[in-house]
Amino acid sequence: MSSDNVATEVLVLAEHTDGTLSKTTAELITAARILGEPAVVLLVSGSSGEASGGSSDATVDALCAQLGELGVAHVVLARSPEFGLYLVTPVVQALAQLVRERKPAAVLLTASADGKEVAGRLAVLTGSGLLTDVTELHGDGTATQEIFAGSAIVASRIITGTPIYAIRRNAITSQLAVPVQPEVHTVEVLLSASARASRILDSVVEPKGNRPELTEASVVVAGGRGVGRAEDFQLLEQLADQLGGAVGASRAATDGGLYPHQFQVGQTGKSVSPQLYIACGISGAIQHRAGMQTAKNIVVINSDSTSPIFDIADFGIVGDLHEVLPQTITALRERAGS
Amino acid sequence: MGKPLDLVVLVKQVPDSGADRVLRESNFTVDREASDSVVNEMDEYAIEEALRLKGEHGGTVALLTMGPEQAVTSIRKALQMGADAAVHVTDAALAGSCAVKTSEVLAAALGTLQWDLVLCGAESTDGQLCVIPAMLAQRLDVAALTGARQLTIADADSTGERVGTIQRQTETGYQTIQASLPAVVSVWDTINEPHYPTFRDIMAAKSKPVSTLRLADLGIDAAEVGFFGATSVVTSVVPRPPRGAGVVIDAGADAGAKLVEFLASRKLV
Repeated sequence: MSSDNVATEVLVLAEHTDGTLSKTTAELITAARILGEPAVVLLVSGSSGEASGGSSDATVDALCAQLGELGVAHVVLARSPEFGLYLVTPVVQALAQLVRERKPAAVLLTASADGKEVAGRLAVLTGSGLLTDVTELHGDGTATQEIFAGSAIVASRIITGTPIYAIRRNAITSQLAVPVQPEVHTVEVLLSASARASRILDSVVEPKGNRPELTEASVVVAGGRGVGRAEDFQLLEQLADQLGGAVGASRAATDGGLYPHQFQVGQTGKSVSPQLYIACGISGAIQHRAGMQTAKNIVVINSDSTSPIFDIADFGIVGDLHEVLPQTITALRERAGS
Repeated sequence: MGKPLDLVVLVKQVPDSGADRVLRESNFTVDREASDSVVNEMDEYAIEEALRLKGEHGGTVALLTMGPEQAVTSIRKALQMGADAAVHVTDAALAGSCAVKTSEVLAAALGTLQWDLVLCGAESTDGQLCVIPAMLAQRLDVAALTGARQLTIADADSTGERVGTIQRQTETGYQTIQASLPAVVSVWDTINEPHYPTFRDIMAAKSKPVSTLRLADLGIDAAEVGFFGATSVVTSVVPRPPRGAGVVIDAGADAGAKLVEFLASRKLV
């Protein structure tokens, strides 16, 4: 298609599963408005009219309706069964094609594992610079990032090609916009053989119960070595469930077999930036703080008053989590009941 | 045992993440002399995995590092784990290179080596961009098997083609990803448990060959890389503002109630 866009179009790669946009997509759209007019790229597996196996027309309609609610006037839709069959490369080629055709002012995507790989490859393919884990974006294209375990805040600007920003989840608060009826531009994406190099044979969801994703949760209750026994993580799970939060663990806890490795928060685990982080029995080694110190509110429960984690606590309790957590659970229940 | 595997492991020297790390005030690049330098932890898992594959299939393990002259200390340290040789890409003009240009240099260096598989850690503790493995696969036009918590390489089939399969760690579980070799594999620390070198390994590492590649050897223009060739510029660095002093109380029978009061005051419940 011809490029009929104004120079300030900003491409936003939508993240969606089962016909629902991720919360981060709304954050990306808000961020894109700082730089220009967002055009949301919707890549769906399956072809038009297909009722099963891929995304049906109803799914696309649902996603477009959600984008309309977010005030998105332009949706760029591409369908290919291959988006779900190969690891990131079909998405990269689709975006590279759109960057060539639409000449956007910038490309925004989520700083997830997949998102960062897409960003890196797109930078190579389009001869552009990229910034990952961006926490703030300014109108002149300056982006801020937190480095060295969040100990310093760096502002940078991309000076080559089409700037690519991978935005950290939960960092930018999504703003309400006036709902519109989006205009959907359907594009044909041409994939080369190299897009088919890494085949996805299956995707396995390991049981995690009904709790939200650790990296997306607005509340995280995390435990460390001080939890003591694997079964005592149930106290943390109970509190997390009351608060609608996720459960995390320090490396000491996961290495010690107290909690599954996939829930590790820290330098070698996941980085979280929730509204509320409750650290229970965690001493707060620099490697752990690296993954959580950008949380908006930090609560600490630890029996050792000299633990470094107290330095970053908004509210700290020096005491045994095995006593404080049940008290808290009861107090919350009473509050809910009153 | 099938056809042997030639393996290259990318190893990065990083400032020790357990110590204070700083950027130079003059140009905001990492001051790699101000703090102790160590081998990037995740890379040790990649070395361990390469050694395991060599044990299984036979072949060679070479390390590849891009970094200043002093990075040779980390290369020697990494060689103690048991790799056969190392290649050190070093050139004064490389200082301050961005990820995009770093991947160009590493891809060029890999172009001078024989390999079936390139392994590396899924992230470094300094830059933490997690983009180099994917960028390398893109530049080398080979498959990417990134974010592995498990890796298997099948013996060559009748056509001589070999297939690698990984469990890619995801936020909700894992994906099984398969690709024909050659490929770039990045690993998480869930993949194995690196061994400690024996005294014999430590002694043997001293005499292992470490070759040096300069930008001229790779046919890369010095002006295109480093600080002046970077695709982005840092405009400011400020220390994180300290968090406002919090309240710390001693636990008592009402600690839970006080915590809930705090949460309510912040509109968190």
